[in-house]
Amino acid sequence: MRALLLGLALAGATPALADSLLPPAEYANRQLPDPRQEAEAKALMETIRCLVCQGQAIADSDAEMAGDMRSLIRTRIAAGESPESIRAWLISRYGEWVTYDPPLEPVTWPLWAAPVLLVLFGLFLARGRFKRRGKS
Amino acid sequence: MSRKWILWVPLGLFVIFLGFVAFGLYAPANRNIQSGLIGQRVPDFDLPPGMPGRPGLSSPSLRQGRPHVVNIFASWCLPCRVEAPQLEALSRRGIPIDGIAVRDRPEDLAQFLATYGDPFRTIGADTDRRVQIELGSAGVPETFVIDGSGVIRHQHIGAITEGDMANIVAAYEAAR
Repeated sequence: MRALLLGLALAGATPALADSLLPPAEYANRQLPDPRQEAEAKALMETIRCLVCQGQAIADSDAEMAGDMRSLIRTRIAAGESPESIRAWLISRYGEWVTYDPPLEPVTWPLWAAPVLLVLFGLFLARGRFKRRGKS
Repeated sequence: MSRKWILWVPLGLFVIFLGFVAFGLYAPANRNIQSGLIGQRVPDFDLPPGMPGRPGLSSPSLRQGRPHVVNIFASWCLPCRVEAPQLEALSRRGIPIDGIAVRDRPEDLAQFLATYGDPFRTIGADTDRRVQIELGSAGVPETFVIDGSGVIRHQHIGAITEGDMANIVAAYEAAR
């Protein structure tokens, strides 16, 4: 009876994440031999968004596709390509969405300007308060 | 006092915030990632055959004057089974389908094609996912319509359902 139940439970279970049967890509989980290059690759991987588990960087993701992208980045860094050129290549494929380090452009300037504007607004409010207190 | 209106500003901001929340709840963001290559030439690649006895897929063969439907799929991908009948139907209409098999093994591919049908003219093996990323595709299955000069004209993300057929056929006809 127990075996039957177990069999039924196993038959009903589906894998949460469909992955292939092939082993991970060569440099998905292996560091580059040159520590300087590895540091460059790591820094880039921390700012590239995973396409499958959206909201994670590929450096943190266990998704197979993230592993393939890590391997691609490490291979290209090892071949002497600069991180910014790899980032630009990925942006041309997946749009600016793929980078966690958005470039300063007309579309993104509110993103960069908002903190400054909010601090200025806060100072303006604080100024009003201090003035009133001074008078009374 | 004329300054009284400022008391309402926080409430107003909160109502605007609630508006954003409600909008996000009722119309969730589209999480599909479109390829940035639509309207551009298909990048250079040359994939070996996915299984013995079948031609592989290289980009020069996609620039020879005829439109192409390129389907990115895998034997381990469940939605690919769902769209298999639709691909068969396209193939029966005389629309050639070129396959890119992502991270697949010849024996698994053979079993998949035997079970779910084989509409493919060519099958390229993208073992390390290099070409999928090169094309700006974020998952399987995805389908690209490429015109005769090798320019990507249309991308379909996810399984092709019955309802999507008209769209794919229209994109193919427009790419002629």
